Amino acid sequence: MFSGLFGLGQAMVEQIQDQTPYYVHLGDLFDGPMDLLVHLVKKNELDIYDIPIALITKQYLEYLKLMKALNIDIAGEFLLMAATLVHIKSRMLLPTQDEPEGEEDDPRMEIVRPLAEYLQLKYAAEDLVKRNQLDWDVFVREHCDDDTEFVDEGSENLVQVSLFELIDAFQEIIKQVSPEHFLNITVDTISVKSRISQIADILEQRGSVTFQKLFETQATKGDIIVTFLAILEMARSQVIRIMQHVSSGIIRIFHG
Amino acid sequence: MDNLKAIVESLLFVSDTSLTIDKIKTVLEIEDRKAIHNVLTTLAEEYESQKRGFFLAEVAGGYQLRTRPEYGQWIRRLKQTRPARLSRAALETLAVIAYKQPVLRSDIEHLRGVDCGGILRMLLERRLIRVLGRKDLPGRPIIYGTTKRFLELFDLKDLGDLPTPKDLQALGEAWPNDST
Repeated sequence: MFSGLFGLGQAMVEQIQDQTPYYVHLGDLFDGPMDLLVHLVKKNELDIYDIPIALITKQYLEYLKLMKALNIDIAGEFLLMAATLVHIKSRMLLPTQDEPEGEEDDPRMEIVRPLAEYLQLKYAAEDLVKRNQLDWDVFVREHCDDDTEFVDEGSENLVQVSLFELIDAFQEIIKQVSPEHFLNITVDTISVKSRISQIADILEQRGSVTFQKLFETQATKGDIIVTFLAILEMARSQVIRIMQHVSSGIIRIFHG
Repeated sequence: MDNLKAIVESLLFVSDTSLTIDKIKTVLEIEDRKAIHNVLTTLAEEYESQKRGFFLAEVAGGYQLRTRPEYGQWIRRLKQTRPARLSRAALETLAVIAYKQPVLRSDIEHLRGVDCGGILRMLLERRLIRVLGRKDLPGRPIIYGTTKRFLELFDLKDLGDLPTPKDLQALGEAWPNDST
């Protein structure tokens, strides 16, 4: 939203060319106080190690005013940075003690260090863009392993799964457990709570997982039930979404 | 094996991820790393000198056949799917994780100066980053790192293949006034 002040035209072109979800672009437009500082430094062609702090603070505050006038919500980060700048400015005004003025005493270092690091990170990001990106500049043979099949959640081939279909699938899994395991009395079983966190870990790492896969390592009926309860609980609190592929019938669980 | 070169080439042809020398060793049941390395080099040179449409890329610790970047536009037309390219904010977040890993969300946000929750979730979903563990701090914050997929996506041999901070400095000086 913010860099709309200086880059809205470009952003809108990107928006039209690119059909990616809007929220990604929101991040693009609203790049935070560091981005504004970089913009000011570049605009004034300043050396970041010798920033005229009064000038930068004045321009920064003017931008905030403009944002307010345009009715743009100013995020807390922007205000924090404003406070930091004003604080540095006030410290610059204070007479220094008799010590020789070393670099470490320069109050501006508080902002210069993070700024230098931020710039470096921007160059690192630029460098990534310039590399030969897979599936854009270079291509490899199509992936065909079944686990990555239809992970495209935007696909129209996925339908929401009802509770009954989930129970059917669960019965299938129960059937697959060999009967001798039913007799085992295990005292030390996993709780629903910790199973939830395990599933969350799996989803965090992989984005999605098949319903079947979550039951693969479970030997006892108790564990299987715990897993099933964990899935139901997670679906209830909308941490996950459960979808089924239209043609293959595979049920897959997605990160909420 | 006389036809080692052709065999290795056939493995590269069918493999959908980058193939390490160790993997080739196990598949072919031979011990001679050097021989495998030699045929890989020969293959790479052959593709280069014959100006093939693909080349042998060294990526994510292994080898992979990839189409040449100059023909990307034709393949994009063939496939017709526009991959969702990463936003600038996402690239910056990825860069922080790549350079600073293992890294906490709070460190990433401190460096970028903005909330990164949504971007981190998207990067996790696209399997470009992963959870390396949880730090022993109040709240047990999650530690992030990049994945093999990240290396594959950006054509990197390994993390050491990323430009050093010094290289980046030079890059920065090369374009003092790029567009913001």
